[in-house]
Amino acid sequence: MSGTFIGMPAFPRAARAAVHDATLRGNLRHATHTIRGKRAQAVAELADWQQLRDAGKQIKDHTLRHLDRYLEQLERSVTAAGGTVHWAADAEEANRIVAGLVKATGESEVVKVKSMATQETGLNEALAAEGIHAYETDLAELIVQLGDDRPSHILVPAIHRNRAEIRDIFRERMGRWGRAAPQDLTDEPADLAEAARLHLREKFLRAKVGISGANFMVAETGTLVVFESEGNGRMCLTLPETLISVVGIEKTIPTWRDLEVFLQTLPRSSTAERMNPYTSTWTGTTDGDGPRSFHLVLLDNGRTDALADDVGRQALRCIRCSACLNVCPVYERAGGHAYGSVYPGPIGAILTPQLRGTTSEIDASLPYASSLCGACYEVCPVAIDIPEVLVHLREKVASQGGHLWEKAAMKAAALAMDHPAAMAAGERIASRTRALHPKRPPGAGAWTDSRDLPDLPAEPFRDWWKKNRT
Amino acid sequence: MRVALFVTCVNDAVYPATGIATVKLLERLGVDVAFPAGQTCCGQPQYNTGYRRESEPLVRRMARVFAGYDHIVTPSGSCAAMIRDTYPRIARRAAAEGRGTELTEAAETLVPRVYELTEFLVDVLGVSDVGAYFPHTVTYHPSCHGLRLLGLGDRPRRLLAAVKGLDLRELPRAEECCGFGGTFALKNPDVSAAMGADKVRDATSTGADVLCGADNSCLMHIGGILHRQDAPMRALHIAEILLSTEAEPHP
Ligand code: SF4
Repeated sequence: MSGTFIGMPAFPRAARAAVHDATLRGNLRHATHTIRGKRAQAVAELADWQQLRDAGKQIKDHTLRHLDRYLEQLERSVTAAGGTVHWAADAEEANRIVAGLVKATGESEVVKVKSMATQETGLNEALAAEGIHAYETDLAELIVQLGDDRPSHILVPAIHRNRAEIRDIFRERMGRWGRAAPQDLTDEPADLAEAARLHLREKFLRAKVGISGANFMVAETGTLVVFESEGNGRMCLTLPETLISVVGIEKTIPTWRDLEVFLQTLPRSSTAERMNPYTSTWTGTTDGDGPRSFHLVLLDNGRTDALADDVGRQALRCIRCSACLNVCPVYERAGGHAYGSVYPGPIGAILTPQLRGTTSEIDASLPYASSLCGACYEVCPVAIDIPEVLVHLREKVASQGGHLWEKAAMKAAALAMDHPAAMAAGERIASRTRALHPKRPPGAGAWTDSRDLPDLPAEPFRDWWKKNRT
Repeated sequence: MRVALFVTCVNDAVYPATGIATVKLLERLGVDVAFPAGQTCCGQPQYNTGYRRESEPLVRRMARVFAGYDHIVTPSGSCAAMIRDTYPRIARRAAAEGRGTELTEAAETLVPRVYELTEFLVDVLGVSDVGAYFPHTVTYHPSCHGLRLLGLGDRPRRLLAAVKGLDLRELPRAEECCGFGGTFALKNPDVSAAMGADKVRDATSTGADVLCGADNSCLMHIGGILHRQDAPMRALHIAEILLSTEAEPHP
């Protein structure tokens, strides 16, 4: 479902197409601006928001600092509660583990509740290669899967689609995957939801294996927690006989009590709700209630590398609320697909290059996919200083050698600036020859495609000062 | 009170009128302004593009050049933010990399003395009416660094509201980035231009004839789009508006 991002063009090129796609820009603008306003209201209701934000940051930082210890505690707690813990170093290992677990049940179908970790590992494709069919049950994920599309937002993966597009996808594709949508389906939200409900209900009742992610894992009790809006996740978590949860190791929190903070900050930041409609928690297995076997696959896939970076590691605090996407002016224009990863927007721009490294063209371009306006940092409920990490990652990319001409230019500029006389002479020459400067100088194409350059002044400030004030 | 002007490299080379307006305005308010000639650039272009080490000599230079002044005033929010917010970060990295505390000391001496112009007027001089006259409709774009890193708040608006003849129009979505972002404008030209175009649309929707800001980099970007579109609106730095009087109106 999630599709692969191999061969993804670098961000500026991928963004260009989105910028010029009027429907996409309209869809994104409308959706992000609506949620943006609502989030601001929901947050303003809490007088202690800044303290909650700080508490979230502290809890996550503390956990990350002692992650080895908490992960072992988590493993013990899950095992004691009747679950089985598996450790996956990378995507391939995680997929192999999950495929093995599904095969052991003898099933060839699974239902899934939206999980970013399994999107990250490309689990659906890996399962398909083993003859196992994975059905997404989150409404937006379903839209993406039916449309042979890729998710473009953390929380609203089909944010780039409007109602009419969704109706067409349902009408044309649902039948191939299970119960068909009625041919007279309208684009009314209630009708679309009903078609999805009937389609999904069939799958829930049939499925013997469920696959989920989790928003949090509580080390002290071995409890996993999922926040969701539709209740489809709860069906996935409780109906099948076998439940497999694939979760990034950074989702650990020490105690049940720590949830208190995130129960407040996550829903308000993501859907602008005081409380999300469904919060499901599950701990191991219990006779006669819920799945009879439970497997937790702990996914590293680059996370310990990120953890080793003292500036970059703060990205692992992320609770995937998507607030940073919704306020990001770059995301709003470029769309989620341009980021070439399941993690788009500002968080994607700092998380993806850390998880995957910066050797590919797209990953090396991501740290530059920001104007450093700081809106993302301002809204982040765990205070991730995204601009700081972006600049830090730019440094990594710049030192890779791919930007040699730029490095030379920066060095030359810094050198000139350390010699004011040289800089002043340069300014003077530019001023005196200004009549000769073309309005659209060659090489400045990127700038002058859509903007004019200012005329250079007759004399720089420092010359005015010399004449008039000394 | 020894006050030094940090004019910034962009103002020096491209927008000297802003520097001149800042000097004349401060002098009109009784401040004796010095211009240390050894100043160059705060290092923002280097740092933000990923060349942190290349920005370090400029941190040292800034500390050296501005030593001995009580206040350092700059008509650029992003350059003030570079010193206040980023110099300490650069210093911390240098220390963490085992290169001593020299930059920490440089940052520490600068940070408490650096003011963006409107901040200096309101907080240090304690004025919000600078005696200006500017008979135009004006809308104000706050610029991200002034807004978020410096927390300029309503200081620029208070100054503008006190200008005689000035009709201040609220800019819709004022807090949104205009899309300049230093080298971002060159590295992601399509997104940058789209952001700028939206900013221009919001600004022209106010019916104002001047878009005012406290950062010439943003104004260069927005003004460049206005100019290309032959729009009747022009972009102008707040210092130039505040300098304008009935006797000597802005040209
Ligand atoms: S980085 Fe912060 S704002 Fe963005 S998704 Fe993660 S927690 Fe939310």
